[in-house]
Amino acid sequence: MKQKRIFIAGFGGQGVLLIGQLIAYAAMYENKNVTWMPSYGPEVRGGTANCTVIISDETIASPLVSTCDILTVMNGPSLERFEHMLIPGGELFINQSIISEKNSRADISVNYVDCTGIAIEKLGNEKTANMVMLGAMIKKAGIVETAAMKKAFEAVFIGSKAKLISLNLEALNSWEGKGDSRN
Amino acid sequence: MKEKKLMKGNEAFALAAIRSGCRFYFGYPITPQNEIPEYMSRELPKIGGSFIQAESELAAINMAYGAAASGGRVFISSSSPGIALMQESISILASVQLPVVILNVMRGGPGIGSIQPAQGDYNQVTRGGGNGDYHVIVYAPNSIQEAMDMIAKAYDVADEYRNPVMIAADGMLGQMMEPVDLPEDKGGIKAGDITKVKPWALTGHKDMRDRIAMNSVWLKQDQLEDYINSYWPKYEKAEQELAEYETRSLQAAEVVFVSFGSTSRITLEAMRLLEREGIKAGLIRPKTLWPFPFHAFDEISAKTKQIISVELSKGQMMQDVKLAVSGRWPVGLISRVGGMLLDPLEIVLKTKEILEVR
Amino acid sequence: MRTVFEYTKGMRDTEMTYCPGCTHGIAHRLIMEVLGEKNVLGSTIGVSPVGCSIVAHRFMNVDMLESPHGRAPAVASGIKRVHPDNFVFTYQGDGDLASIGTAEIVHAAHRGEKFCTFFVNNAIYGMTGGQMAPTTLIGQKSTTCVDGRTKEQAGMPVKMSELIATIDGAVFVERVALNSPGNVRKAKKAIEKAFDVQEKKLGFAFVELLSSCPTNWGLPPVDALGWIKENLIPYYPVKQFRCPQEVSL
Repeated sequence: MKQKRIFIAGFGGQGVLLIGQLIAYAAMYENKNVTWMPSYGPEVRGGTANCTVIISDETIASPLVSTCDILTVMNGPSLERFEHMLIPGGELFINQSIISEKNSRADISVNYVDCTGIAIEKLGNEKTANMVMLGAMIKKAGIVETAAMKKAFEAVFIGSKAKLISLNLEALNSWEGKGDSRN
Repeated sequence: MKEKKLMKGNEAFALAAIRSGCRFYFGYPITPQNEIPEYMSRELPKIGGSFIQAESELAAINMAYGAAASGGRVFISSSSPGIALMQESISILASVQLPVVILNVMRGGPGIGSIQPAQGDYNQVTRGGGNGDYHVIVYAPNSIQEAMDMIAKAYDVADEYRNPVMIAADGMLGQMMEPVDLPEDKGGIKAGDITKVKPWALTGHKDMRDRIAMNSVWLKQDQLEDYINSYWPKYEKAEQELAEYETRSLQAAEVVFVSFGSTSRITLEAMRLLEREGIKAGLIRPKTLWPFPFHAFDEISAKTKQIISVELSKGQMMQDVKLAVSGRWPVGLISRVGGMLLDPLEIVLKTKEILEVR
Repeated sequence: MRTVFEYTKGMRDTEMTYCPGCTHGIAHRLIMEVLGEKNVLGSTIGVSPVGCSIVAHRFMNVDMLESPHGRAPAVASGIKRVHPDNFVFTYQGDGDLASIGTAEIVHAAHRGEKFCTFFVNNAIYGMTGGQMAPTTLIGQKSTTCVDGRTKEQAGMPVKMSELIATIDGAVFVERVALNSPGNVRKAKKAIEKAFDVQEKKLGFAFVELLSSCPTNWGLPPVDALGWIKENLIPYYPVKQFRCPQEVSL
């Protein structure tokens, strides 16, 4: 791997920034160069949130991207707004639980993940939906090893959140990689 | 092995200040630097330091003035409009010759402007901003790691020169995360040791010495002139000794970019793209904005045909670039303002336009 | 021979440059006398304002820092963080404290900052040449209200002690006047109590001193003292607004 540019977008509160941060931690534990750059604006609940993560063997120049190798969209507006950023052959991850639209491109690999459905049915906790998506991204697009992600969990989920680690690890493996159930 | 940690810029800056011995922080919320007062309010009380959420930037910088005059190691942070509010007291800090480290997480202006990254404070930070004859020493980091290292250095330079030192970061560096090596913890100065380390500081005369009075007012203008002339040599020394810069690929460069801070990273990306198209580009990156690294421009090769200032302001830095170039090469400008960022492809496109027109 | 009066250790042996009849000299001396009697001149740091008393550091024999206009309470807050056990005070005029510096004084009081503020109220801008102050009385003439201040044009004069006394953190608030020997003695008592409050770390202490400005009032010094009694005191009553039990004896 030379460089992977990952763009994750959704509503505020969906854990979009957290998914990116966990990837950044894991990449650091694999001794990669990494940058995490959020969009920021006036603090408004339910506003849009997105972040860019770049992982590279070389020093990273700009932490911003105009195109990306992996695009994860957690809500409908983000699919419409950012789909063009993905390079041909790139991996698109769609939160199928709340996005009814299909993607419009044929030159990319599309992965539909029923984040909320899996979180409720398999894990019994709706709040693990973002970890289901993170697991899907790792499983399909590589990005980082699960061992490094476990270390990332241990760095981020501390104190009262430490008890979430085992459930989140379970969530990482919960997506079975099936396509769009609506097909 | 050093401690490696993934940190958000603003938190890393605050941590670097604490590890440099800062025990006093006074702040007022302003985006995009709010993680700094939040971090300081959590961490300083744990190590015997003090945090005050001031009623305004005016109050914050004056709390810093009082604490610095008393011999405390002080950190102040704000963003462009907040720094503008502080300028009167920064002028006083320079006049009274007090060491304070000030972080400016720059955003779009003028006025209240936008909260996105910008460099329109170039004139504000390099040309004083307050009234009278003084300079502020200004460092311009382009990564979180470099910002942490510069903060540590800024404390030493501020003490050595007895002058305010500013770190000009921006919203991008403040908000992004990168892995960093944590700097060594120098520990704070004990209150009882202040007189030893800073004999000029206000501590009360303890009936051991004459009273110390610090003032920036001089009712006799000839005395004020003498006073300014007495400290001015330190600025001449700073111009000789403090200017720092980085160069990339100057030898065979057809075009040389001048760019600082986070913009220099985007410029580096553009240079890679230009290389693929057969255009050789070099870079001069000022790491200090005052003193500006004028002598860096003597390293530019005879093969170079064009200098381009790449900045997030309307050519504010270009004025210094033109001074440095002194008519030896044509100087162009690629810029975005108001909080809009440059895109590497945009730099490539505009560079080609400038080269064609020439 | 018995010494009945001598130069106080707290004042520097230098020519006093305030106008003849100005009560800044009395206010300076009272504060320094109290600190001298408490034997704490060596552990005191004062903050001088912008205004006539910008030169207070020339006369007061303690470490002093000159503040930007109005910001003295913020400056003192910073000093007190580095030296919590030293005595710290601000000395401010009415333009400095009641106009440009209202935010700083109100918030220092709210934080319950453990320093003392001495507020010299002479109802006029002195150093700049007699302009209207926030405390200028209705009908009082100044260079920016030559026919006298009106409520319609400038509002009513600000009563700072009353305002500060509404703030929980301000545990000691008293207004005194420097117009007669009896009132000067009462002023000294108030200053003593203010420093006692600081010594016991009880909170913020505020003393307003009604003062004269013969030059800008256009009066001879003795008449100016009379003007304090006849005009200032009726609008700004001399009284103790708040005092904690620990120092009330």
